[in-house]
Amino acid sequence: MKRHRKVPFLHVAVDLPKMDIFLQQIINGLVQGSIYALVALGYTMVYGIMGLINFAHGEVVMIGTLVTITVATTLIKAGMPVAVAGLAGLSSAVLVCMALGWGLERIAYRPLRNAPRLTPLITAIGMSIVLQNVAMIVWGRNYLTFPHLLPKVNFEFAGAHFTAIQVMIVVVSGLTMAGLVLLVYRTKLGMAMRATAQNPQVASLMGVNSNRVISAAFVIGSALGALAGVMVGTYYEIAHYQMGFMLGLKAFTAAVLGGIGNLAGAMAGGILLGIIEALGAGYIGDLTGGFLGSHYQDIFAFIVLIVVLMFKPSGLFGEKTGDRA
Amino acid sequence: MSKWLNPRSAFGIALIAAALIALPFVAAMGGQAWVRILNFAILYVFLALGLNIVVGFAGLLDLGYIAFYAVGAYTYALLASPHFGLHWPFWVILPIGAAVACFFGVLLGSPTLKLRGDYLAIVTLGFGEIVRIFLNNLNAPINVTNGPQGITLIDTVAFGDFRFSGTSQVLGVSLSGPQKYYFLLVALAIFVIIINLRLQNSRIGRAWQAIREDEIAAKAIGINTRNLKLLAFAMGASFGGVAGGVFSAMQGFVSPESFSLIESIMILAMVVLGGMGHIPGVILGAVLLSILPEVLRYGVGPLQMALFGKMLIDPESLRMLIFGLALVLVMRFKPAGLWPSPERKRELSEKRAGAV
Repeated sequence: MKRHRKVPFLHVAVDLPKMDIFLQQIINGLVQGSIYALVALGYTMVYGIMGLINFAHGEVVMIGTLVTITVATTLIKAGMPVAVAGLAGLSSAVLVCMALGWGLERIAYRPLRNAPRLTPLITAIGMSIVLQNVAMIVWGRNYLTFPHLLPKVNFEFAGAHFTAIQVMIVVVSGLTMAGLVLLVYRTKLGMAMRATAQNPQVASLMGVNSNRVISAAFVIGSALGALAGVMVGTYYEIAHYQMGFMLGLKAFTAAVLGGIGNLAGAMAGGILLGIIEALGAGYIGDLTGGFLGSHYQDIFAFIVLIVVLMFKPSGLFGEKTGDRA
Repeated sequence: MSKWLNPRSAFGIALIAAALIALPFVAAMGGQAWVRILNFAILYVFLALGLNIVVGFAGLLDLGYIAFYAVGAYTYALLASPHFGLHWPFWVILPIGAAVACFFGVLLGSPTLKLRGDYLAIVTLGFGEIVRIFLNNLNAPINVTNGPQGITLIDTVAFGDFRFSGTSQVLGVSLSGPQKYYFLLVALAIFVIIINLRLQNSRIGRAWQAIREDEIAAKAIGINTRNLKLLAFAMGASFGGVAGGVFSAMQGFVSPESFSLIESIMILAMVVLGGMGHIPGVILGAVLLSILPEVLRYGVGPLQMALFGKMLIDPESLRMLIFGLALVLVMRFKPAGLWPSPERKRELSEKRAGAV
């Protein structure tokens, strides 16, 4: 993945150069953060309902990106219009990932429902390794180029630059998250999910089929992951079989930051983490007198994670998790 | 210990000793590469037993163990290579490496004491990644770690005039470099096995097990859980540091690439697959997971060539694929590991039967 983007100083206002960077990094952080938020929702839904860290979720995102590349590139080569190819790529990625999420739960996690907590965690790590290597066998070791699905249009606002792709990422993830909130708080399935998260036994006594609810959480989470995967692809324009792990880890951090198990928390945590990372990468050089540079960007997520877990393990919005933390 | 003195155990020990002495010579028949593989297997036994103190005894899930290994390796590399022009002897650096790693263990342990289970796993994982990122980037503005290129020309282990690299005559037997390291590693491994055995039934070991089973109950009976958890981290880390020192002396080269997350997962998998907290199980897990992939690496490529006439699947990815599948399958069918301790096995089957 491409790291910290350098901001071109085209018309440097001598008195306010720092403000330009600030705004620019906020925008970059917002875009990156929307992607984190979408992935974090997948972690938080599964964790909220069954208390499992689905380590393989990052890999689901990666497979979503790679499936889109294959489908969209093939269709574009076959002479299809870019918009059609892009939509076909997106929908096939969503379908593949939904099936993958469902299968993961069914094959790997369901048999371990009552096992000690360590067991499903190790299984999840194992599945993550399996998916990575399957992806490597299918798509190869090299970086793949993501096709250009959106026209390159640049906007400028108060000295900060942003593209149509960035706007689209923020808008689409905002709409998706709104849809998810409606689903969870306005439908019967959503009610069943919330009930299972609160108390699986009592929920099942009330006639909630907990197996279906858990499957639904995995399927919805994976669909969001696929969407996030397509966004990562359009944003960075490259993809790789190893891209999922770090992304997944950061998204998990975002979920913890917001309070794991909490939907609004995952969204806020994602965007906050994106902005923290972008600002951190932008200013770490100045703050440490040039000793540490922007290539330390990846450590911010982990520092945030450690600090949150040390001082407020329930996260910014989470209820008290008690034994879990 | 007294049971060791009966004739049957004595015979068993003699047999194992004879096998351990013969092994490097048998392996050398297949080429020095196999002796090196053997050495890595023993190094992994050492690491897995160090991690076993943290994960197996105290029940603290540590996914960043490789960081301590890295710290030990870099401590040795910096103090015994032309990079800083220092050439301290191995026996001086080894305790320094252990101490530095121990310091990092406490550094990681103290903020994470409150956490349990999967949260701890993620935080330790993050810590491991932070260490790796620093190793990768601390080459500017002051060149400490030489960045991704790593540190080369690290001194070999030397004991007076006796150097561990190159062939030399010992007691009339010609020993190659890897073979000499083999005996050094076996000696260290026996040392760590004895420490593990002695710890297991000591006051500390039993306190750790109490924390593992039920932390609140352990606290209630007067166990100082904070200090004991820190001690587990510190001890595990020191062993990692020592292993790292030996690794960098043996390889003569270290780079951040050797200390990636997958290595941490590998060592944890050795402990878990073998049988957490059960010393023979952990040794089995370490040997299996370090030797089998090498066998696959040498076996799969030629096999594919013979069957299909070309390389269908890259042996490296197949190796990892099988490793991942093995993790999933063992957790599914033998969650206590391949060779669990009798008590652990009983507990798990009870838990399963009585689970709500």
